[in-house]
Amino acid sequence: MSDLLNVDYGVGGVTTHFRSRKLDDDLHSETMILNMGPSHPATHGTVRLVTELSGEIVIDADVEVGYLHRGFEKMCETVTYNQVMPYTDRLNYVSPIINNVGWCLTIEKLLGIEVPKRCQYVRVIMSEISRVSDHLTCLGASAMELGAFTVMLYMMQAREYLWELIEDVTGARLTISWGRIGGLKDDLTLEFADKAKKAFKGVREHLANCDRLLTRNRLFMDRMCDVAMISAEDAIDYGLTGPLLRASGVNYDVRKQFPYSSYQDFDFEIPLGTKGDNYDRFLVRFQEMEQSMRICEQALDNLPEGPINVEDPHIRLVPKDEVYTSIDGMINHFEFVIRGVEPPEGDVYFPVEGGNGELGFYTVSDGSGRPYKVHVRAPSFIHMGAMRKMLLGANVADIIPTFGMINMIGGECDR
Amino acid sequence: MTQESIEEKAKKLSELISTKLKSQIVSVECSLGHAVVRIPRENMLDFFKILKLDTELGFNILLSVTAVDWLDKRENRFEVVYHLLSLQHLHRLRVKIDVPENNPEVDSLIDLWKSANFMERECWDMYGIKFKGHPNLKRILMYDEFKGHPLRKDYPVQGKQPRVPLRHPEVRNTAVDMHRPPLVKINKRKEKSVGQGVRS
Repeated sequence: MSDLLNVDYGVGGVTTHFRSRKLDDDLHSETMILNMGPSHPATHGTVRLVTELSGEIVIDADVEVGYLHRGFEKMCETVTYNQVMPYTDRLNYVSPIINNVGWCLTIEKLLGIEVPKRCQYVRVIMSEISRVSDHLTCLGASAMELGAFTVMLYMMQAREYLWELIEDVTGARLTISWGRIGGLKDDLTLEFADKAKKAFKGVREHLANCDRLLTRNRLFMDRMCDVAMISAEDAIDYGLTGPLLRASGVNYDVRKQFPYSSYQDFDFEIPLGTKGDNYDRFLVRFQEMEQSMRICEQALDNLPEGPINVEDPHIRLVPKDEVYTSIDGMINHFEFVIRGVEPPEGDVYFPVEGGNGELGFYTVSDGSGRPYKVHVRAPSFIHMGAMRKMLLGANVADIIPTFGMINMIGGECDR
Repeated sequence: MTQESIEEKAKKLSELISTKLKSQIVSVECSLGHAVVRIPRENMLDFFKILKLDTELGFNILLSVTAVDWLDKRENRFEVVYHLLSLQHLHRLRVKIDVPENNPEVDSLIDLWKSANFMERECWDMYGIKFKGHPNLKRILMYDEFKGHPLRKDYPVQGKQPRVPLRHPEVRNTAVDMHRPPLVKINKRKEKSVGQGVRS
């Protein structure tokens, strides 16, 4: 059987031959090609998997992505820097604020400015809330696919608490467009701290319930433990980041190693796995939610006073009352809307820790108001490149939990 | 580690590369707190091998592969851009390679980093840069029949594509055919001119 496997470049060969191969001459047994997707009821996301099976074992697989490609990078080249914000919402649409913040920080780096401390803290709070909701969605959906429907409902309820917080501040729930270069659209509401306290209490209760339902559950463990293992070396080789890399035991988190937006002020831990199987990925995500909430609470306790926007009319819109009452404000507003932010020539890469891993924006500016080039280092896309490696040797039934734990978000993967 | 120390590290890294690999690079700089090195296309594999295997550099993660299209702006139209990360030393490095328009080809890095597989396919798909030695260089985000490379600057933003013919016209959808009665020709209504009313 081993000579059947292609030279393992992480490249599937199934769709190139797309017919069964002989396994054994004496028994006349053949492999079976099984196609999943692009629209499959058990995969949340449009992705096509062509697997070659020997009995129930996956011996080769082709992962085809790109069904949700909308030309994000091309569209970004046609709009001003601030107008890219709604597009970034639609990358990882489960945690859009992290994308917003990543884009803002990239352009701020290019401009060479730093936003006020309060803005950095508020960004951290909202990013972490988004991260919790991202992990809740991932774990809830994966648990449901393994039959634990109650867990999904609990987790959706917990996510609802968090989305209510987000809705309070930003006015939207899914596609938020709340970040602004050089600041934010809105500050936190006055009663935010109290509401957050209540929401986190609710989330923790629900998480404790889910913990009791899943973590030591025999059925769940049988499906997750030792499935789709990937060693630390392989994880690094395949460019995995985020919870997947940490589940393999590699301590790398952009928030710790390359802190941005004042993450160095907070005390939090990086949960690490040991084996790199699906169960470790589940545990890492589960623990990260608690750490994220810890960061939020610390940030809320030490929230500095002050403005949230930089006061530069070439970077951030002037306040509306100034626009309507003074001629300078009016001119600045007009200039800003027509020309947009105009960073100096150059290129910049800025990484943030997204829900799935290192989310990096690479932007080239030619000095005009529109980006010359935008490239997103989308963690989901790169993780899908490692999916074949994870699936080799697994059972057919393991495909779905593995896919769930990779947490491919179509918008981010296919851009 | 704060932003300042990240920038200091990048400066040190660019100095290290300029002393260590002077013969293999075109230029090295530290731009916006990020070490950037430009290398010639020839012998690029050797350069990347040193980046990965040297203990002082140790770039073990290939973060992204992309290209920039400098249509009519530079002598060499394309610029392939790699981002690398070293987990031991927490260094980041951007490597740029100029590629001419008439022969857009660089060596594939798939033997060094397996993550290059999807990223190089994406770069081929979007910019038409060929990666020599890639075992499966086909489109990844676009479909196989797509004409052109969408992120090139001469590809129109609202470019139209020809219709794709049926991939397997010989395969009949038997499940549909069994349950659906054969199509009956429907008589078209006679077209009426504007002046005549429907009711008479």
